[in-house]
Amino acid sequence: MRQLVILSGKGGTGKTSIGAVFAHLQSVADSKPRAVMVDADVDAANLSLVLKPDQSERSEFWGGSLAEIDTTLCTGCESCKAVCRYDAIFPNPNDGNICWIDPVACDGCAACVYACPTDAIKMVVQQEGYWFKSETPYGTLFHAELFPGRENSGKLVTLVKQHARLWAEDTSTSLVIIDGPPGIGCPVISACAGADLGLIVTEPSLAGLHDLIRIQATLHHFRVPQVICINKADIYTEGARQIREFALEKGVQILGEIPFDESISHSMLMGSPVTEAYPQAQASRTIEKIWEQTVKLLTSLDG
Amino acid sequence: MKIAIASGKGGTGKTTIATSMALSLVEIGKVVYLDCDVEAPNGHLFLKPEFTRTQDAVIRIPQIQADRCTLCGKCVEVCQFHALAKVGKTIMVFPQLCHGCGSCTWNCPEGAIFEVPNPIGVLESGVTPGEIHFSRGQLTISEPMATPIIRQLKRHEQPPDTAVVILDAPPGASCSVVETLRGCDYALLVTEPTPFGLHDLKQMQGIVQEMHIPAGVIINRVNGEYKELDDYLAEKNLPVLLRIPYDRRIAEGVARGKTLQQIYPEYRITLQVLYETFIVEKPIPGFSGEAFFDETTCHP
Repeated sequence: MRQLVILSGKGGTGKTSIGAVFAHLQSVADSKPRAVMVDADVDAANLSLVLKPDQSERSEFWGGSLAEIDTTLCTGCESCKAVCRYDAIFPNPNDGNICWIDPVACDGCAACVYACPTDAIKMVVQQEGYWFKSETPYGTLFHAELFPGRENSGKLVTLVKQHARLWAEDTSTSLVIIDGPPGIGCPVISACAGADLGLIVTEPSLAGLHDLIRIQATLHHFRVPQVICINKADIYTEGARQIREFALEKGVQILGEIPFDESISHSMLMGSPVTEAYPQAQASRTIEKIWEQTVKLLTSLDG
Repeated sequence: MKIAIASGKGGTGKTTIATSMALSLVEIGKVVYLDCDVEAPNGHLFLKPEFTRTQDAVIRIPQIQADRCTLCGKCVEVCQFHALAKVGKTIMVFPQLCHGCGSCTWNCPEGAIFEVPNPIGVLESGVTPGEIHFSRGQLTISEPMATPIIRQLKRHEQPPDTAVVILDAPPGASCSVVETLRGCDYALLVTEPTPFGLHDLKQMQGIVQEMHIPAGVIINRVNGEYKELDDYLAEKNLPVLLRIPYDRRIAEGVARGKTLQQIYPEYRITLQVLYETFIVEKPIPGFSGEAFFDETTCHP
């Protein structure tokens, strides 16, 4: 079983549009390999909006714990405030003589629990979202929904990936396709852990190139082999040239250049992969070629 | 006045709005720009500051003094993040799991732990040619934790109360966005009229509501009608402050590092009026902002 992760550094370059096409192409008759899809962008999860599940099984995600004060035991001594490095301790809004912990600011470190002389503070485990196993017209999709503003998105990414991998093993599915989050931090590191190939979707803009350099270095650091595709490639020819130059310098192959094509945004509005909505569009044909090459690369890994 | 520019979905135009807003408002008073998208900071590409001050963003991680440590394991027990482990006759520290909370230091009965700074990124400050005070944080490659850098970036700058502080938020809707929004007076939510944009706007609305931060919406790349978005905004009573049409000229300009008002100079005034009318709610005398924006569904 192989894992392909789609990343970009900068947001909005087209990761999910391309992931949705891959989901479509692997689902058509006679396609090999068959794949299971994972949406690893858990705090802005959009892949299910295109793949439109017919049915879903929902499970709770319980993440870290937050500190809570028992108002009957708190004496307002502020020992907790003295140790809190997250500015999370305030006077209780209902009784200014005792303390209150702002759940938005609390990091869950429990320093206050140990500092409290009256044992008034307890750690309370938090439900931070849901994860889903869904059946879509394009096969099985594992995805999640982090409650707004919560922590532990990396943990949730790891969890959905784990379930997808186990399912793939059970069903002899040979490929896991992971639609990753933007950025280079915790959830991205979780998304690319164990990946056999990283497909970087970039765009020819100063910001796109700047963030391409950062995601390329991140994948390189974690020893994930990588390839690039350029989206909206004709919007700024000098930018596209700079990306090609960068790819050449780093020895990263460019699998294709997708032209700026309104059929992509139209298909997203309709909520379907562009290859299904507009199979003849230039964008569709280019992404199909990128898919074929990606499959070839993944197959070559099996020797 | 602290204004955060956030969106949920990436690539909706946060940095385009934030940099253009900064350029418009610097004509009215002091503007401080904080690039809080520390994983992929891009504001400097548009505002071109000259960085004159640099310092490390650090987490204070524990260092165990072996001669004092009795291997009692209290530090391992109190750490909520599994950043410490007892392995044979030593206590091992895993810096990338450490949140720098200090709990192990305080709870060590032997006083065997002291803390050393572990750099996870850099903070850089300078002034732009347009006199905007610009600061950004940048997460080091392979480091996982963005939130401590955002926290330090916000503490690093202590602008006067009269200044307008513009915080360019990271995409997504998790802890790093919450850290950016903490203490802000207003949230400008940038979205696009697509199912993705709407889905992620809902996540952002959930956050600003929980944090009691007043918010308004800028809809970018408007191309015809998208009723679901309009219905949602009406239901949540979220005001639309500006609609920017779908326009290839903007996309091409932004790709080249141009700000909105370099592409369409009219936006300079538009954003000033938007600020005065909706954010500080002190409309310019004799000038009806509401009417101005009612007519401005296209370029000003």
